[in-house]
Amino acid sequence: MKLSREEVVHIAALCRLGLSEEELERFQEQLSNILDNFDILQQVDTSDVPPTAYPIPLENVVREDEVAPSSPQDDILANAPRQEEGYFRVRAVLEQ
Amino acid sequence: MNRYDLTIHQAHQLLKKREVSALELTKAVLEHIAHVEKKVHAFVTVTADEALRQAAQADERIKSDDLTPLTGVPALIKDNMCTRGIATTCSSRMLENFVPPYDATVVEKLRDAGMVMVGKGNMDEFAMGSSNEHSAFFITSNPWDLARVPGGSSGGPAVAVSTGEAIYALGSDTGGSIRQPAGFCNIVGLKPTYGRVSRFGLVAFASSLDQIGSMTRDVADSALVMNVIAGYDPRDSTSVNYPVPDYTKSLIPDLKGLKLGVPKEYFVEGMQRGVEEVMRTAIAKLEELGATVDWEVSLSHTKYALAAYYIIAPSEAMANLARYDGVKYGFSYEGKNMWDAMEKTRGYGFGPEVKRRIILGTYALSAGYYDAYYLKAQKVRTLIRREFEEAFERYDALITPTSPTVPFKIGERVDDPLQMYLSDVCTLPINIAGIPGLSVPAGFCDGLPVGMQILGKPFSEEVLFRIGYAYEQATGWGERRPQLEKGGK
Repeated sequence: MKLSREEVVHIAALCRLGLSEEELERFQEQLSNILDNFDILQQVDTSDVPPTAYPIPLENVVREDEVAPSSPQDDILANAPRQEEGYFRVRAVLEQ
Repeated sequence: MNRYDLTIHQAHQLLKKREVSALELTKAVLEHIAHVEKKVHAFVTVTADEALRQAAQADERIKSDDLTPLTGVPALIKDNMCTRGIATTCSSRMLENFVPPYDATVVEKLRDAGMVMVGKGNMDEFAMGSSNEHSAFFITSNPWDLARVPGGSSGGPAVAVSTGEAIYALGSDTGGSIRQPAGFCNIVGLKPTYGRVSRFGLVAFASSLDQIGSMTRDVADSALVMNVIAGYDPRDSTSVNYPVPDYTKSLIPDLKGLKLGVPKEYFVEGMQRGVEEVMRTAIAKLEELGATVDWEVSLSHTKYALAAYYIIAPSEAMANLARYDGVKYGFSYEGKNMWDAMEKTRGYGFGPEVKRRIILGTYALSAGYYDAYYLKAQKVRTLIRREFEEAFERYDALITPTSPTVPFKIGERVDDPLQMYLSDVCTLPINIAGIPGLSVPAGFCDGLPVGMQILGKPFSEEVLFRIGYAYEQATGWGERRPQLEKGGK
């Protein structure tokens, strides 16, 4: 399974990963090799087999909607790259 | 015996009888770290001042007879578990300066028990790797041969326990990351049943595969650590609400009445001859100890586990690592606009193995490929799980090598991702199935450690401990220490 350069560019855009030219080329090669090894799964008959998301029989783990103490704002902002008046400061999301 | 070579239970006896203080024990360990670290580089952060403070507190507790088996005993925490006020980097540039405002549940539990934390352990970045070579900071060396890898991704913790830089450690295991380095460093490593130990505060890699576990010098120590860290946590929605037994009651030195199976598929093509010989001798020893062994067990879906894992884990990882966008914490690149900032933050902040896996996972989940890859892998996962279930109806435990080879040389596999992935071929299926796995020292091949893996059905850690303990008492492989003074071999 040979990944094209366009496919790698497309996927990198989907997961917002900035890659250099060198990385694009290297990953294209390495990932194509890795994907070849996944073909083996096509040998398995899974026609009546349900998928497993988690290996334990838990479903709909919920709690009562009760207010409980949360982390202090200062603690949460302590690692913020940019903050202002208790907000995380980010680049403009919408165009003008 | 050097104080830093004690086990938890040995240290506890001395502390209880006031023959040594927590402060003396901690100082001995810290001095040893200062002496040995330049050779092995197991620590991202050494928390010497904190450790001495905690040791003093532990001594107060001991004075009022308020001690637990872990009180005053120095430990290393892998650097992907949040420790309040102390950098938690996952050995990544992305989190190089991240200081968590909270403790992981397991860290809280250990603190309550009186742990003395000596530092945070180096690892493969975001737990993605099998050799510790993918740490963004530096490589950790195997103390048994400094030119070889310690295994990964819990390489730092494994090395620290092996050299005496910590009496025990906590690691995490998603595809073998506790067991494989434990095997490579001649220590005991347990990956508990999925859901047995809380993942709250563990930086997530693959949410349906990750588990935190103990890395110790012997099986009794593993039981002591599990007694503290296991248990239901409402803050982890995948935590299972089963009572925690006293695991030290499983330490029975014989295997009479136990039925063991050896799955042929784990004696893989390309397995090192010497490792195979060590394994056959080890399993024969289990028979001597009273177990009946069936050497002809077959788990035919084993060969699909590698592909299933390398679809499922990267897919879950790409979702878990989407949070690293430079907005709320971590590395943040200015960029020309929001998207450019995000792409460059992630491009510069993540190392190559992490990026490879994010791309793999994104591809496997993307439109047009989801069914063929991710969904298919999940179905194969069901078959692998069922196969283990059926086997455990006939056998109390399964025995396999932990790794097909002894520790390989630094640099040997790091440029060939596929070769690297093959290091975990014996450990991956266990995470896929969610069952527990214990690696114990089983001997040496060319002077390098070989681990034996013991597998059981979900929540059967007691059976694994019994088998590991009986084997360990009869052979003593884990008592050997690496000779670092002589250059590590």
